[in-house]
Amino acid sequence: MYLDPWKPVDKAIISHGHADHSRWGHKAYITHHINVPIIKHRLGEINVTGKEWGETFTIKNVKFSLHPAGHIIGSSQIRVEHKGEVWVFTGDYKTEDDGVATPYEPIKCHTFITECTFGLPAFKWRPQSEVFNDINTWWSDNKAEGKTSVIFGYSLGKAQRLLRYLDTDIGKIYTHGAIENMTEVIRPLSPMPETTRVTRETKKEELLGNIVVAPPSAHGSTWIRKMVPYVTASASGWMAFRGARRRRAIDKGFILSDHCDWQGLLESVEATGAEKIISTHGYTDIFTRYLLEQGYDARTEATQYEGELGEETEKEQE
Amino acid sequence: MRAFAQLIKKIDSTNKTNIKVDALTEYFKVAPPQDKVWTIAILSHRRPPRPVNTTLLRTWASELANIPLWLFEESYHIVGDLAETIALVIPASEESTDKSLTQFLEEIIALKKKPEEEKRAYLRSNWTDLNYYERFVFSKLITGSFRIGVSQKLMTRALAKATGIDVDILAYKLMGNWDPKTISFQELILEENKADYLSKPYPFYLAYAIEDEPEDLGNVSEWFAEHKWDGIRSQVIIRDNELFVWSRGEELVTDKYPEFEALVEALPNGTVLDGEILPFKNGVIGTFNDLQTRIGRKNVSKALLKKTPVILKAYDILEWKDKDIRDLAFAERRKILEKLYTEVTTESLPLHLSETMEFDSWDAAAQERERSREVMSEGLMLKRKDSPYLVGRKKGDWWKWKVDPLTIDAVLTYAMRGHGRRSNLFTDYTFGLWDDNKEELVTFAKAYSGLTDKEFRSLDAWIKKNTLERFGPVRSVTPHHVFEIAFEGIAPSKRHKSGVATRFPRMLRWRKDKKIEDANTLEDLKQLIPKPEKA
Repeated sequence: MYLDPWKPVDKAIISHGHADHSRWGHKAYITHHINVPIIKHRLGEINVTGKEWGETFTIKNVKFSLHPAGHIIGSSQIRVEHKGEVWVFTGDYKTEDDGVATPYEPIKCHTFITECTFGLPAFKWRPQSEVFNDINTWWSDNKAEGKTSVIFGYSLGKAQRLLRYLDTDIGKIYTHGAIENMTEVIRPLSPMPETTRVTRETKKEELLGNIVVAPPSAHGSTWIRKMVPYVTASASGWMAFRGARRRRAIDKGFILSDHCDWQGLLESVEATGAEKIISTHGYTDIFTRYLLEQGYDARTEATQYEGELGEETEKEQE
Repeated sequence: MRAFAQLIKKIDSTNKTNIKVDALTEYFKVAPPQDKVWTIAILSHRRPPRPVNTTLLRTWASELANIPLWLFEESYHIVGDLAETIALVIPASEESTDKSLTQFLEEIIALKKKPEEEKRAYLRSNWTDLNYYERFVFSKLITGSFRIGVSQKLMTRALAKATGIDVDILAYKLMGNWDPKTISFQELILEENKADYLSKPYPFYLAYAIEDEPEDLGNVSEWFAEHKWDGIRSQVIIRDNELFVWSRGEELVTDKYPEFEALVEALPNGTVLDGEILPFKNGVIGTFNDLQTRIGRKNVSKALLKKTPVILKAYDILEWKDKDIRDLAFAERRKILEKLYTEVTTESLPLHLSETMEFDSWDAAAQERERSREVMSEGLMLKRKDSPYLVGRKKGDWWKWKVDPLTIDAVLTYAMRGHGRRSNLFTDYTFGLWDDNKEELVTFAKAYSGLTDKEFRSLDAWIKKNTLERFGPVRSVTPHHVFEIAFEGIAPSKRHKSGVATRFPRMLRWRKDKKIEDANTLEDLKQLIPKPEKA
């Protein structure tokens, strides 16, 4: 049994649907039932079993169960228990309830295997209500100037979080094909507003004043150049850095992440009551050194998970 | 300060130059006059001296953020900007300030002389009370360099829009030494003030690199060619029996080149020459590396003057007999310059003429260009004979036509995180060449540019997985990747471990087809050092 393995195996428990965690080629997949249609959409016809939150299943005397990670819809932490020793593997997670993913629950454990994509004190998220307020204000300002707003967020997770909170009183929401396809899969799982797919036939005049949600890979493409005049924004934790926004040549950056910020990581670690902390991806060396100074038994483990950077550059399969 | 921070936020929220210019124009229309002066000063790199050293800044910021100093340092390496790191790690505040930008700058200037405890209290209270953007701007003012994606050119454009004064005239007004502490907006921008103009240089006319073939420039007979000298572009001003030497960076460097005092006697008042400061000894032009020893020094010793004497290689005359003659055709200006030169030249006068050349064909020009390294030049300059002397970088009348760079294949050995838009990416690299026994790689150059964003990203990911050792922000990596490194010039150097200094090294190609054994040796590099001919 493997958790989010990156090489093909017989049996894999999958934390969530992002490509660096759910890879192609395993013989059997186990994941939360909400994630089943999502990974089927991404990986095609696979042999997959869906589980409930907290439902336990035992394989070779080891007890497994899935618990909400709050990262994206259908994302879980994986709890593993053997002879009373409990380990928790977070996959990716965030502590803020975003209203789309089932909210994160801290799970008591002895060893906590955590991501730390944003494991630096420079990352501090504001409540999403404030961020969405800014995003909607930005959209309506652009509308007032007769421009189309284009906002980038990866197609599974961030896109639906954006869709949920965009204020449709301002205008219509258009979507890039990759996002529309994924959103169709998610509609039966979580309510989503009405969206219109941008196609070859879509006239740029009808987009004016409205908002287009697109994956980051669409930035700079011919697809987007047709939309002139437009203004671009990106919704990502990396937007906390001015340099990151400038490097991507994006007009506006909104700091909105599906991962924990520094404080979120520290609080989660504390809430698990764990003594051993293993960091898998992100600023692992820095986070681990800090935890060691705080008295934890901490170490890093090299993995191929990429966190938000991977999600941003993830190939859109659709 | 609130309005200024809002301005920076607005500029930060767009990637489009026009919107930045509009935001600045609006600001210049409504801001209090002295705030405008300071804004101009800050955006033209005339910031007040740093009142607190960065070690103290880091220590105090990490204290306030309640994190260990090492964690602050690590964050800084990743964020890539000290002021931004400070603004990010300190607990959030939504407060705003009513104090003006001018008040802040006056306080910051006064702060320099205050005792350490007072400095600390001042910084803490501002960091705590200001919101993110105000805190960022405040820290930027303290840390010094104020690069925020607004060039001086862009600022001047906005100022022109806001005041209705011509861009070129504004560029001239903003040149030279003026002190934002004492000058008013009225004096700096609005008034005509002749007395101030004594030391004022003219904005430099800058050339673009030639894009395609010189044939595209039309008939060769309409052009003068000159060698492109590799020194310090400078203006030498003689007015009212005084000498002023300006570098292209708008720095007054008169004191660094005392040999030019001889020009006050030799040249008539009301003369401004444009040319290149070059090291020149025993009848031979030196390398830029020789000149380096003169650039950094505040006090030039007699020994240094003897070791590395300099000359002005003049190529243009901008003012003659107190008259601005920039509108005359280049050919006319050259006649004046050449006549003047013939009249004043002596064996010892540190003034040489950069000879113009005329060619029958572009092929003949190309042949001369091939000779560039032998005469210690970087290539040719092509100047249209009938061109006026323009302001700033303009396409059309002046072109630089450099020789193809020298290249060598080297191995990537160290990587460092970049700054600004490259923060959090390993983009600054160190390269090594093989020693004689082909056993060890000797560092010979650092390079930061030449790869595409995609290549940088993929190399960044590779570096993170193939780190050998960490030294603060620097990592040593497994020798594996070979790059073709291009550079403009090369000279022996005692200051470099390799014994060789290269000029403008950059990555020309990522040689994925080569193994590290295929990289060049240090000896190969030394073979490229040219043997200068007597000028």
